[in-house]
Amino acid sequence: MNSLKVIFDRDTWQEIFGSISKNKTRTIITVIGVLWGIFIYIALSGAAKGLDNGFERQFENIAMNSMFIWAQRTSIPFDGFKIGRSIELKLSDIDYIKQRIPEVEFIAPRNARGVFGGVSPLVVRNNKSSNYNVYGDFPEYTKIATKKIYDGGRFINEEDIRYRRKVCVIGERTQTELFEEDENPIGQYVKIDNIYFQVIGVHKFVPGGGFESDGDIFIPFETFRQLYNTGETVQWFTIAAYDDADVVAVEKDVKTALKRIHRVSPKDERAFGGFNLGEIFNKVVGFSKGMTLLSLIVGIATIIAGVIGIGNILLISVKERTKELGVRRALGATPGEVRNQIILESVFLTVIAGILGIVLGAIVLAGINSATVNMTDFPYTNPTVPIPFVLGALFIMVFLGTLIGLIPAQRAVSIKPIDALREE
Amino acid sequence: MIQIKNLHKSYQMGSSSLHVLKGINFNVEEGELVAIMGSSGSGKSTLLNILGMLDTAEEGDYILDDVPIKDLNETKAAKYRNKFLGFVFQSFNLINYKTALENVSLPLYYQGIPRKERQQEALDYLEKVGLKDWATHLPSELSGGQKQRVAIARALASKPKVLLADEPTGALDTTTSYEVMDLIQKINQEGKTILVVTHELDIAQMCKRIVLLKDGVIIEDKKVEQVFASSYVQ
Repeated sequence: MNSLKVIFDRDTWQEIFGSISKNKTRTIITVIGVLWGIFIYIALSGAAKGLDNGFERQFENIAMNSMFIWAQRTSIPFDGFKIGRSIELKLSDIDYIKQRIPEVEFIAPRNARGVFGGVSPLVVRNNKSSNYNVYGDFPEYTKIATKKIYDGGRFINEEDIRYRRKVCVIGERTQTELFEEDENPIGQYVKIDNIYFQVIGVHKFVPGGGFESDGDIFIPFETFRQLYNTGETVQWFTIAAYDDADVVAVEKDVKTALKRIHRVSPKDERAFGGFNLGEIFNKVVGFSKGMTLLSLIVGIATIIAGVIGIGNILLISVKERTKELGVRRALGATPGEVRNQIILESVFLTVIAGILGIVLGAIVLAGINSATVNMTDFPYTNPTVPIPFVLGALFIMVFLGTLIGLIPAQRAVSIKPIDALREE
Repeated sequence: MIQIKNLHKSYQMGSSSLHVLKGINFNVEEGELVAIMGSSGSGKSTLLNILGMLDTAEEGDYILDDVPIKDLNETKAAKYRNKFLGFVFQSFNLINYKTALENVSLPLYYQGIPRKERQQEALDYLEKVGLKDWATHLPSELSGGQKQRVAIARALASKPKVLLADEPTGALDTTTSYEVMDLIQKINQEGKTILVVTHELDIAQMCKRIVLLKDGVIIEDKKVEQVFASSYVQ
């Protein structure tokens, strides 16, 4: 009999099933050992993936390699200036940074009202009004931080900047608070600090992206500049580096460049503030990678422990069945057939346990998923285990099952039928 | 059917060697029913084991159905056992988690006979030993005599050339023993060659020929008037 035929032969399985169902309690306990292993593996790696997805969702609306840079006060006297001088970023800094630091892909200057202290402007429509944060933005901003705009609307474009149009993109909350439920806000007018602005879009708020909210209003940078008379001043830059750039180095370079323009001591660490999303993102990614690796190691170690348990049980079982195996040999079973049977028993137990463990793990993951699906502030999304991981685990189990089955199988074969029959 | 020439076998017991068979010569023709007798230690079981290819001799020739049995590896021995020999043991050696039918069909399984065919054949053999109605019963649900009959059916299932019975009645009471011997005699009458190892004279006398072993040599080999077990069985 060739081995492939043995595997697909119904009788082979009947033999195997017969002998493993002989001692049900022991079989079940053995199966639980491996089942537990694969369950831990699936649950852990699924949870790690969920965490990974969760973190990714937290960052999904902003470029992973981006940073914010703002100006503060100097902490070192330099070039004739005394300590504590206030520094303001200028629009002209942009060209300088772009020139000096080729790793910078996009740089978007931003001004805002009501975000970092100060009063949010009053926004009025008909008889409804409320205070919302207002940002002055360039179209480039959406290349760094994605803004999802509802159908029919758009974000600020170059024309808006050039003609200093009085247009605005409002938030979901702004829409619900200022407009009627069935009203389309696009094309309507709202009054921001007593100036009429036409609504050109409604942005969908994606949580987890820093200090922004679902009530934010975006207007063209130039319009903002004229409205609030900010001149050349920029409150902060949002900078995105190219994907392959080292974001930490880019941040340092940008700050160095800014120090030079604004005549700040190169040693002054406080003159410019920065918040490096890329750096944080890398840490988070590193963390979740570590979690994945940990879950992989723990899972596989548990599987191995379970499979060793199966080998152990089969070894005892072979000892108990010495006589039976002797009878089988006397009736014409070749050593190969006996070996195959024991190995297949091992593999069968392992695979059954594995499949049950995968199913159980999947159920638990589904449970966790449905429990956390609406928790937007909890970084946990769609806990899944990639199919290659599952197949890999199954393969490892079949492999280990075979390997561990070889030990009892070899033991079974090494006993001579005559000795096996003599044993009482 | 069986030709044995100058068979020697010894066991290594630590430093000393125990010479169990000291030159056995004997032939068995087809259709014979031979009893091998002897006290314990006479070497009768060793002889049967060698005949059954469960053990190998150090010296001598063994020809079974014109096939010289030598240089056996385990796989080859298993194939020969399956093809040539049927075993009946003192302690029945049925597989306790298999039904009577499954036990009987086991040698056919190792012959690679398809399932349906195998079960039909096994059922036929169970019918032959009068246990068709017990086909689905486990060995634990059968009496000693029934178990041995199942074992005989199993031994016959592979259609062996020779049936080897090692103390087939050793674990049975007298009445049951005679029933089993009656069955063995009937099978023999159908032409099957059967060797029975026993130390009970009444069982031996139910065979056609008695071979007496003592200290590893045949001291007597005689044809006897067969006593029919059926005369003891109602």
